[in-house]
Amino acid sequence: MRDTGSRYSEKVMEHFRNPRNVGEMENPHGVGHVGNPVCGDIMELYIKVENNTIVDAKFMTFGCGAAIATSSMVTEMVKGKSIEEALEISNRAVAEALGGLPPIKMHCSVLAEEALRSAIDDYLSKSKGG
Amino acid sequence: MKRIYLDYAATTPTRPEVVEAMLPYFTEVFGNPSSIYSYGQEAKGAIEEARTQVADLIGACDEEIVFTGSGTEADNFAIKGVAYANEPRGNHIITSSIEHHAVIETCHFLEERGFKLTYLPVDGCGLVDPDDVRKSITDKTVLISVMHANNEVGTVEPLVEIGRITRESGVYFHTDAVQTVGHIPVDVDELGVDLLSMSAHKLYGPKGVGALYIRKGTKLVSFIHGGEQERKRRASTENVPGIVGFGKAAEIAKSEMNHEAERLTPLRNRLIKEFQERIDHIHLNGHPVKRLPNNVNVSIDFVEGESMCLNLDLENICVSTGSACSSSSLEPSHVLLALGLSHEQAHGSLRFSLGKWTTEEEIGRVLEVLPAIVAKLRAMSPLLKSRR
Repeated sequence: MRDTGSRYSEKVMEHFRNPRNVGEMENPHGVGHVGNPVCGDIMELYIKVENNTIVDAKFMTFGCGAAIATSSMVTEMVKGKSIEEALEISNRAVAEALGGLPPIKMHCSVLAEEALRSAIDDYLSKSKGG
Repeated sequence: MKRIYLDYAATTPTRPEVVEAMLPYFTEVFGNPSSIYSYGQEAKGAIEEARTQVADLIGACDEEIVFTGSGTEADNFAIKGVAYANEPRGNHIITSSIEHHAVIETCHFLEERGFKLTYLPVDGCGLVDPDDVRKSITDKTVLISVMHANNEVGTVEPLVEIGRITRESGVYFHTDAVQTVGHIPVDVDELGVDLLSMSAHKLYGPKGVGALYIRKGTKLVSFIHGGEQERKRRASTENVPGIVGFGKAAEIAKSEMNHEAERLTPLRNRLIKEFQERIDHIHLNGHPVKRLPNNVNVSIDFVEGESMCLNLDLENICVSTGSACSSSSLEPSHVLLALGLSHEQAHGSLRFSLGKWTTEEEIGRVLEVLPAIVAKLRAMSPLLKSRR
């Protein structure tokens, strides 16, 4: 396969240009906070859950084009999914839905998966406690 | 939408006059300069003319110029060449922590093979302290390599002062002058350097050709073996068209450089001043005054460099960033970290480098476009949210 270097797919650029579900959520049921300033990507993902179904998801991200696009894509993918289904979403699935990512950007999809899991964990621990 | 190119520090377009000068050497005068018939000798003559043009630009003698394949090669040649030739005398090399990778990684290579390296710190503006150089010299020191101007932040280093110290202590002095030759005055005797690296494509010449200035009497080993070319120091059939192009570019630079620096400095200053007026939490990286006439490097808080670059690209504006996201490692620019920036700030850096075709209108357009991009990205930044 031809090496496309660091170029992004059209789908990545589309999500980068018009990211979906941007912003802080009021009274979220679960919040995931992943990444660190050293690697240059920080994601915060918020979910709202009703009857075990994720009814809304939003994000805030500091990071590169791929970080923004994967955040946007993962929030789109989880909406309407049950908690169990959402936990099945892998970083590869996010990358594939974006038409692939340059190899050096795969870590951004990992971050998106981690952000989602962390938000779900947060929700589960809160609902157990409550 | 017309493209606005503000990455002249990465590379410059080859000037049409330079291309024109090169063309005959691909076809009509294709002979091997080592051949004795006239075809070859004509090519040889063209190389020697180019050598004079390059030497004239930096105040050197013709025979002190060795053509190489790039600036990176010139750095490798200088550092490994001096290190290996002078190993019996000592194995200590001093360099700065903000050098180009061509120097830093060559130093790492030597370090892994038993050489002792000192990486000097810089102050918040990117300046090396000559006193640190003096204090770091031991009886084992054979080479000091400090760049003339930094490629990322544009800070011009105090080479004259460092040169005085290296001369007093009899240590070889190399400088990577890839960002300065053809842009600001460079004189090897004034600077007191023994070796100086250059690259043609940074001064409107072609890619694939560079040069190393080697002061007469400097002891260094040959870099490429297998022929008599370049006084046996760098064997290989010469890149004749490239060398001719480098010569032509050097000749033009010599006559236009001062005027061009005078034209670019106010454009640079306008960018710096108006960025600060239009965007809050923005910081200039590098020295406010001792900097290249064409370099602007800023860090913009709460936003990341690659996403700014991509947004600028969507507006057809080409700039670069020191964010890790532009490279395969996750670490941001070693230069910005050495200046004392936080990781967030290093990731939020942008470099604008101006050049021959930069206009006042282009600067105006950038000033118009960037604040909106920053606002868009800040609206989704969790870093800003946590400050509210």
